[in-house]
Amino acid sequence: MSTDAPQTTDETSETSTEDAPAEAPSAGDRRRAQKQERAAERAREEAEAEAAAEAAKNTVHLKVFRYDPEVEGKQEPRFDDFHVPYEKGMTVLDALMYARDTYDSSLTFRHSCRQAICGSDALFIDGSQRLGCKTQLSDLDMETPIRVEPLPHADVVKDLVVDMEHFYEQMEAVEPYFQTDDLPDEELEEQRQSRENREKVKMSTRCIWCSACMSSCNIAAGDNEYLGPAAINKAYRFAMDEREGEEMKQKRLEILEQEHGVWRCQTQFSCTNVCPKDIPLTEHIQELKREAVKNNLKFW
Amino acid sequence: MHEHDVIVVGAGGAGLRAAIAAQEAGADVAIVTKLHPVRSHTGAAEGGINAALRDGDDWTDHAYDTMKGSDYLGDAPAVETLCKDSPKETIQLEHWGMAFSREEDGRVSQRPFGGLSFPRTTYAGAETGHQLLHTMYEQVVKRGVTVYDEWHVMNLAVTDEERPSDRSCHGVVAYDIKTGSVEGFRANDGVILATGGLGQVFDHTTNAVANTGDGVAMAYRAGVPMEDMEFIQFHPTTLPSTGVLISEGVRGEGGILYNDESERFMFEHGYANNDGELASRDVVSRAELTEINEGRGIEDEYVHLDMRHLGEERILDRLENILHLAEDFEGADGLEEPMPVKPGQHYAMGGVETDENGQTCIDGLYAAGECACVSVHGGNRLGGNALPELIVFGRRAGQHAAGDDLGEPQITTGKSDDYEPAEIDSPVPIGAVDPDDGTEPAAADGGAADGDAVLDTAVEAERERVEELLDSEGINHAEVRSEVQETMTANVNVFREEEGLKQALADIRDARERYQDVGVSDPSRTFNTDLIHTMETRNILDIAEALTVGALARNEFRGAHWRKENQIRDDENWLKHTLITWNDGQPELGYKPVILEGEDKTYEPKVRSY
Repeated sequence: MSTDAPQTTDETSETSTEDAPAEAPSAGDRRRAQKQERAAERAREEAEAEAAAEAAKNTVHLKVFRYDPEVEGKQEPRFDDFHVPYEKGMTVLDALMYARDTYDSSLTFRHSCRQAICGSDALFIDGSQRLGCKTQLSDLDMETPIRVEPLPHADVVKDLVVDMEHFYEQMEAVEPYFQTDDLPDEELEEQRQSRENREKVKMSTRCIWCSACMSSCNIAAGDNEYLGPAAINKAYRFAMDEREGEEMKQKRLEILEQEHGVWRCQTQFSCTNVCPKDIPLTEHIQELKREAVKNNLKFW
Repeated sequence: MHEHDVIVVGAGGAGLRAAIAAQEAGADVAIVTKLHPVRSHTGAAEGGINAALRDGDDWTDHAYDTMKGSDYLGDAPAVETLCKDSPKETIQLEHWGMAFSREEDGRVSQRPFGGLSFPRTTYAGAETGHQLLHTMYEQVVKRGVTVYDEWHVMNLAVTDEERPSDRSCHGVVAYDIKTGSVEGFRANDGVILATGGLGQVFDHTTNAVANTGDGVAMAYRAGVPMEDMEFIQFHPTTLPSTGVLISEGVRGEGGILYNDESERFMFEHGYANNDGELASRDVVSRAELTEINEGRGIEDEYVHLDMRHLGEERILDRLENILHLAEDFEGADGLEEPMPVKPGQHYAMGGVETDENGQTCIDGLYAAGECACVSVHGGNRLGGNALPELIVFGRRAGQHAAGDDLGEPQITTGKSDDYEPAEIDSPVPIGAVDPDDGTEPAAADGGAADGDAVLDTAVEAERERVEELLDSEGINHAEVRSEVQETMTANVNVFREEEGLKQALADIRDARERYQDVGVSDPSRTFNTDLIHTMETRNILDIAEALTVGALARNEFRGAHWRKENQIRDDENWLKHTLITWNDGQPELGYKPVILEGEDKTYEPKVRSY
């Protein structure tokens, strides 16, 4: 199954018409015209394929990891080449979608929102963990093929899809929900929170569970039980929220101080470097270490 | 076979809230979702949650604004329920720890939004949906609600009595994306559809790739009427190249729209002399497109949204997310330059017909959130009214399905006494190309068979469908999908006229016929997204057609629906909801009157000016 066959049409991923035509020909005429157009388009395609090959400057070359445990020819991991017509503003996700919809519909990757909020499309792009939707091709070296691989340190399910179960388990291991004994009596009255405190937890609440950080972390790679940066950050989000109260904070620090908790972190900053939401993960982990020390001194 | 009391389909805001409510009411509840819950598109909502929380504000004002915003197509009992329940539900989120923006005194912040008479949009920066989604998922984890994630629901297990209102729903059939297995999920007490938007019917949309309206299409084919499908909100500020949303919060905080001649056109061209940029969304979208069509657009494509004058501090405090979006997806620096924006499909006001308790006319089948039409938004949804709908009606559906008594609904469903049948004026046949193509709701022979038998039959039918799709060789569904999306954007957009709508119906018919020859080229049972997308495209076809039938029928200008042939709101003829019923593959059109009588007052239609 060769995918190294650029055949471009003028299909662009975005069209932009909202004006209803002022005077439309009859429905039948338009349908016939469209049919003719489609026939002409098919004829044009071959010529265009050649033209596109020549205009290689305007294409981007992706080398994409492929694997499927049950399909012959894909059981041994391999890289497929895709040549996608480049347009200004195109992201790695746009290019993958184009390749899938145009050349090979079995090309498999997770994606949904296309705007860096659903956290589905963390990938290993040119050797680093990034969101496909948030990575402009123009920010990569387009002179050489762009390598797109599944996240390292996770089991590959198929192509670019990895098994997220372990990540979710770690996220859920830190009691990742708000707990307080201090709710107002009135149903319609909120708990007060200072602007400073809200600001303090703000970055930590931005996590989109993409697992780029976990994938980048050497410690997590070597210690499967290590909570990992995302889960520790989730715990930080609650431990630092003044609405939970001191007692709850103690409990959270105990969870974080366990053998595979904060003390495993060796402050390599790899998680912080790859976080697509710019969360200062390493700083948060360090701060929790300091809190834990303070806490232990208090009970001496 | 899996068995639970209540099955919730979809895990965005409405689905999670429904699951929590059903569990609190004592039900064994499970969520079945094609994405992991935190991937749901509720997370992309930016602006906020309308709730009358403060002195000087009142739920009755919120209801008035909402009825006016709906262009008098919202049903008053639904609107009043929304506005009464929203404060409690919003504070409930705070009590679950949601990180709202805060005032100096530590209370949750509120800001002005379009069409509101009071600044009652409660927000968390420009990422309110993300905070809401994660807060509710935390509660689902805390409560140990069962979640079947990455299971795509293919069909409903519904009996096949002649009249939809005699039918009952007993579960769903779902496809495990990871393994390819097709399983039945028995629901003893109810199925709640919470599948969200249908934006993928269009090609320029703020919606996620996953928003293919699956729940809407499944309920439609099972016999539930689709209500007011023609009412689609086009959001005035989306990034031109991707459709990524730029929150109304930008205008709420004081952002200004300019045309190519640096005119503040909302005022200078008289589109909204009082509210300017903060007029209702439909008004602003039409204004922008009129500017562009009359040659005053920038690069003939978009207008500018300028927030520089708000200052870096305020922008970073309240709209930081907008800076990232504009930078990452349009290469624009919102602190240094105006941001390019144009209207894009954003929200479906219509959907699965329900009453205030989320019930459809089929016993045991519920819908809540964007996939439902209760109807609170009528002809046009106000900004900040989608999130309260999720939590208010998500909770009600969950409670009701679990057996709580919420009182008699005032909204009727199905073909009730006031149903008015009508003719569909289509130039081409519509509905199923082949009524026996296996996507009909499956049912055991003999109608009133027991629930298990209905589910078993449905599972068998869906297993066959999967085998057929995997075995078939044919065209790529993506060709069919883009044909539909292109004609919808060309002909069923902000400005609509009869000729274009008929063209769209013809194109959709053509796409339907081509879909008969669709094939899945990936033979794998492992994470076969080719197969999932092919099934979604069938849903897109059915929805696009129903939407266009509604748009062709409603020959007036109301809310987000504009018709060239009759550019006035025609209250004499059109104070009524459109209902489209699948009717076993031969779609039927009908109407039911809008309910303008509230608890204590009647909302008399007034001229809607801003």
